[in-house]
Amino acid sequence: MTQFNWSLINFAWLPILPLIVVAVGAMGVLLAGVQVDDEDSGALGILTIALLVFAAVLSLLLFGGRPSVAFSGALAAGGYTAYFDLLVLFAAAMTALMSVEYAADQGLAGAEYYALLMFAALGMMLMAAGDDLIVIFLGLETMSIAIYALAGFMRHDPRSNEAALKYFLLGAFSTGFLLYGIAFIYGATGSIKLEPIEAALSRPATDNALLLAGVGLLLIGFGFKIAAVPFHMWAPDAYEGAPTPVTAFMAVGVKAAAFAAFVRIFMVHLGPLGPQWTMVLWVMAGLTMTVGNLAALVQTNIKRMLAYSAIAHAGYILVGMTAAAAPRAGGAILYYLLGYAFTNLGAFTVVVALERRGAIHDNLADYRGLAARHPFLAAAMALFMLSLAGVPPLAGFFGKFYIFSAALDAHLLWLTIIAVINSVISAYYYLSVLIAMYVREGGVEPAALRTRPALIATLVIAAAGTVAIGLFPQPYITSAAGAFVSALGNAPHHHVVLSR
Amino acid sequence: MGGGITLEHFLVLGLILFLLGAYCVLTRRNAIGILLGIELMLNAANINYLAFAFFGGARYDGQIFAIFVIMLAAAEAVIGLAVILAIYQNLRTIDVDATETLSG
Amino acid sequence: MTAQFPALALILLFPAIGVVFNIFVGPRAGRNAVNVAGTGVIFAAFAVGLWAFARLLAMPAGAALEVTLWPWIIADQFHTAIALRFDALSAVMTLVVSGVGAVIHLYSIGYMAHDEDYARYFAYMNLFALSMLVLVLADNLLLMFVGWEGVGLCSYLLIAFWYGNAQFAYNGRKAFVVNRVGDAGFILGILTMLSALAAHGVWTLNFAGLQAHAAMLAPVATMAGLLLLLGATGKSAQIPLYVWLPDAMVGPTPVSALIHAATMVTAGVYMIARLHFLYALTPDAMHVVAVIGGVTAFFAATVALVQSDIKRVLAYSTISQLGYMFMGVGAGAFAAGIFHLMTHAFFKGLLFLCAGSIIHALKGEQDMNRMGALWRRMPITYATMLAATLAICAVPGFSGYFSKDLILERTFEAGDEGLWLLGVITAGLTALYMFRLLFLTFHGTSRVAPDKHVHESPPVMTVPLIILGLLSVAGGWVELPPGWLWGGAFSRFLMPVLCRSRSQAAHGAAGGALGVVAMLATLTGFLLAYILYIQSPALPGRIAARASALYHLLVRKYYVDELYNLIFGRFLFWGSTNVLSRGVDSGLIDGIVDGAGLGVEAAGEVTRRSATGNVQVYAFVYLAGAVGIAAYYVYLVMVR
Repeated sequence: MTQFNWSLINFAWLPILPLIVVAVGAMGVLLAGVQVDDEDSGALGILTIALLVFAAVLSLLLFGGRPSVAFSGALAAGGYTAYFDLLVLFAAAMTALMSVEYAADQGLAGAEYYALLMFAALGMMLMAAGDDLIVIFLGLETMSIAIYALAGFMRHDPRSNEAALKYFLLGAFSTGFLLYGIAFIYGATGSIKLEPIEAALSRPATDNALLLAGVGLLLIGFGFKIAAVPFHMWAPDAYEGAPTPVTAFMAVGVKAAAFAAFVRIFMVHLGPLGPQWTMVLWVMAGLTMTVGNLAALVQTNIKRMLAYSAIAHAGYILVGMTAAAAPRAGGAILYYLLGYAFTNLGAFTVVVALERRGAIHDNLADYRGLAARHPFLAAAMALFMLSLAGVPPLAGFFGKFYIFSAALDAHLLWLTIIAVINSVISAYYYLSVLIAMYVREGGVEPAALRTRPALIATLVIAAAGTVAIGLFPQPYITSAAGAFVSALGNAPHHHVVLSR
Repeated sequence: MGGGITLEHFLVLGLILFLLGAYCVLTRRNAIGILLGIELMLNAANINYLAFAFFGGARYDGQIFAIFVIMLAAAEAVIGLAVILAIYQNLRTIDVDATETLSG
Repeated sequence: MTAQFPALALILLFPAIGVVFNIFVGPRAGRNAVNVAGTGVIFAAFAVGLWAFARLLAMPAGAALEVTLWPWIIADQFHTAIALRFDALSAVMTLVVSGVGAVIHLYSIGYMAHDEDYARYFAYMNLFALSMLVLVLADNLLLMFVGWEGVGLCSYLLIAFWYGNAQFAYNGRKAFVVNRVGDAGFILGILTMLSALAAHGVWTLNFAGLQAHAAMLAPVATMAGLLLLLGATGKSAQIPLYVWLPDAMVGPTPVSALIHAATMVTAGVYMIARLHFLYALTPDAMHVVAVIGGVTAFFAATVALVQSDIKRVLAYSTISQLGYMFMGVGAGAFAAGIFHLMTHAFFKGLLFLCAGSIIHALKGEQDMNRMGALWRRMPITYATMLAATLAICAVPGFSGYFSKDLILERTFEAGDEGLWLLGVITAGLTALYMFRLLFLTFHGTSRVAPDKHVHESPPVMTVPLIILGLLSVAGGWVELPPGWLWGGAFSRFLMPVLCRSRSQAAHGAAGGALGVVAMLATLTGFLLAYILYIQSPALPGRIAARASALYHLLVRKYYVDELYNLIFGRFLFWGSTNVLSRGVDSGLIDGIVDGAGLGVEAAGEVTRRSATGNVQVYAFVYLAGAVGIAAYYVYLVMVR
């Protein structure tokens, strides 16, 4: 009788332990839901948060900065993966936290809501870890399908239905482009793993036309997920119609995960092709910032305004990607996403605070006089708006500062000027929220916050982060830069890409 | 590799299928019709995977990818039909022209 | 030589305590507590400033006191800290900001005595003082930018202090937005310098570090200088970004005195002086600075001639005087510019406080057509205002004489005879509009509404007037002409910090003659004012009627506001509403479709069916973008 070879089973489960925790946890929440009344769904929310935090701790312990590959190169474990794991798990946990009371109030109660949230987070983690186009693609679809369902979670609300339908149809349409693009890259390089793809770039036999077709289609597919112009049309409608915590998750989690994969594929592995894709990103970044900001200027609905603002911020991050030639660009993008996550989660939490069943107060006019009735909410919102506008010393300022410096390092003078002009324009609409809250009168009465401790906790965490990341940016920018470098550590040719 | 059929033939077939799918997405009013167009686009990509796998030396990874795509298409159809059903219950129609409340 | 001096942090700590106290405790603690705390903290900061100043004087020339509070940003090789630096330049600024600031805080107690919102007022004022002190004490550009934004925010908050009035709130917003345009220039300027240094592997934004590596900045000096100048024109209300300042006068009058006359608006001048080593590399940018200053000085003075709102006259006068400072620093006479900044803080702060005293006495009346013959009833206000007027008109012996004369002389020496002439003409205009103001308010016949009981202000307001009045007279004596007593002491104090290479040019023989010309211009202005507003008061009306086109051009301030509104306001909003708001509306779709090269016919077909919000329209735009990218790659492959 032969000894069973345990090492076959043991092979590499450790790097996916956080993923397993989230996946099994999601199913566990579903099962627990059978036993829990809808009124007690808050307990499920707390369980979800606990599981997400557990996964985050595991992720931190497992890959604190040590790059390695698992599953024969399909997954990359290391600082980069850990950084984005923490980011998306944080976003998911904050979303769950702001949903605890909201879900009960809006009748979203049920284990499915939290389970879908966790499945979406699972997909995002796969995207962050994937070193293989199949894995990234599967992660993206796991995330997207869960988000489609979450966007339409308010089944009886036509607006929620509409948001889900539009997001779904365009998302599936976009999937077609992405898949088609991966097919071309596979055809040109003979591989779907990123490292062999990168190695193939330098081989003269590689078919350039097929490769460029693939690169172009990938740009389109990821352009959709990050809501870059002109692939952004779905975003305002989906953001407006979806339940607000889901909108927050879309704006922060989906965007972070999409950039995790986008940056890893293009900046880390397709660097040698830089001249062929930065030009497209240049145009996309300029359009995205400009269209996003100008459209945000005339919105009257705050969720829609934040949607266009999110589009504009994707544009700033694209400026960072366009500056791939600058060594600091990668770290700047990662840092930007972190500050952006805290700030945006906070802003949407304030929107949640004003909503109640049957009375969706998401018009700018509803915010009038908020400062007089609820100084705490108004001050928090003011903080988030100022951070989004890029006022120092808040998180948003340093994000822009690092990105723009990287852009100048890469000699993108005109794009930087466009970006700075855009951030000036954006001050206007962020400020109009402040004006409404502090100067105007009228508006609506938010539900008493004292009955909503989870919401307060969400707000406090978001506000503390927005201030801390801006006031003491050094540890955060250091770990962001370190995370990016650790992704390069997996790549054989990074020195070729980045030395100038 | 019989009968002089080359990689290019498959790629052109895939491209035609992809464009037909995109055309279908743009022109069908009916949400399920749009979904069908998207399926065509996914299958266009599948043809490419299989063709590249076959002509690239009978590799298996492209074929596996194709299987993943078929599975994914099924999952998307499920979620899509669920969304469309919810729309139908509220609006009694599945024309995408009816869902234009959110705009601007 | 530098020495550690941790007590510098106290200069910031005191106002910070005031902010916290006034926000959280103030409304409950009552008016007296707020008055004492809000004003006391600024006096305390001033006292610490004096202490530091004494220490600095005991050290050799060119020395500085420093303290590093905590490390701030450390990214790769880029390190910067929250650190303060107290050298001769920041010493002058700190003493002006905290000293004049303290006096104005004291005055505010009286001025705001009837306002319910006193705690909010003092919280904002303290926050302003804190931000301004951060700005002048910062040892690096980033921290300076924090202060820069902070004073902008406070300015906005205080202009719109009475936010119940929609127009006031609008004016506050206008100031903020216009300043943001300047800020964009400021940030770009910082980044330009940073990237130029980074190219040599130097990562610093410290003033000392920048100065040490000034040679590396040479290639970008002109560009960085001009970008920073844009920032300076925003904050210091110069052409083209001056439009916010006249509208800022809707705030409480002490605010105008503190922020819009004595301190914040001088930030641009300070910044240019602080970066003198950068500007020294680029004669072109320097010349632009001087020309902007000269033109602004003249332009604003002409507008001031015809305004009837007393504070608006003073606002345009401030713009004009700031123009002189720009002329000075633009001519390389950084010390002269800073000197005028200081004397201007005294006499312009005083002018605003006097105006406030009048407005207070007349229960909010600001129109000079409803004043007149007030001097008997408000003797202290009258006497101090007269001193300030003589100072701003550069009458020999008064503070403004020494500083303005120095600027004009240096401009002439720098070879800018044209600018010098413009400055002299402006000096004449200054005398004209200032004495017009004085005559209309204090002399002639009373046009005050009969129901108003006019009285002198309480001591808490008149004491600050007297303090600033003394300074307006004697403040210039720190820089007597060379050879007189301690002649040139102020320049000698500043020179080691400002310019190492440029030796202080002696007052040449031409100096005396030039001074006489300027004095003649001033005298002409005074006589004109006397004839027009005392001797034959009907004459101005007739002149206005005769030259109505010119008169209206001036009254409407050259229609610049209307022009800006048209270009920026209208155009941007028009574009935003009509082009982008509807996102997918026919205009954009047509554009994209055409650009993508599809047939116009197909576009018409699609747009006809494309009501906004239609998912297929979205897919179409998506596809258009995809075709654009595909076209680019086809082009790439084909070209290859």
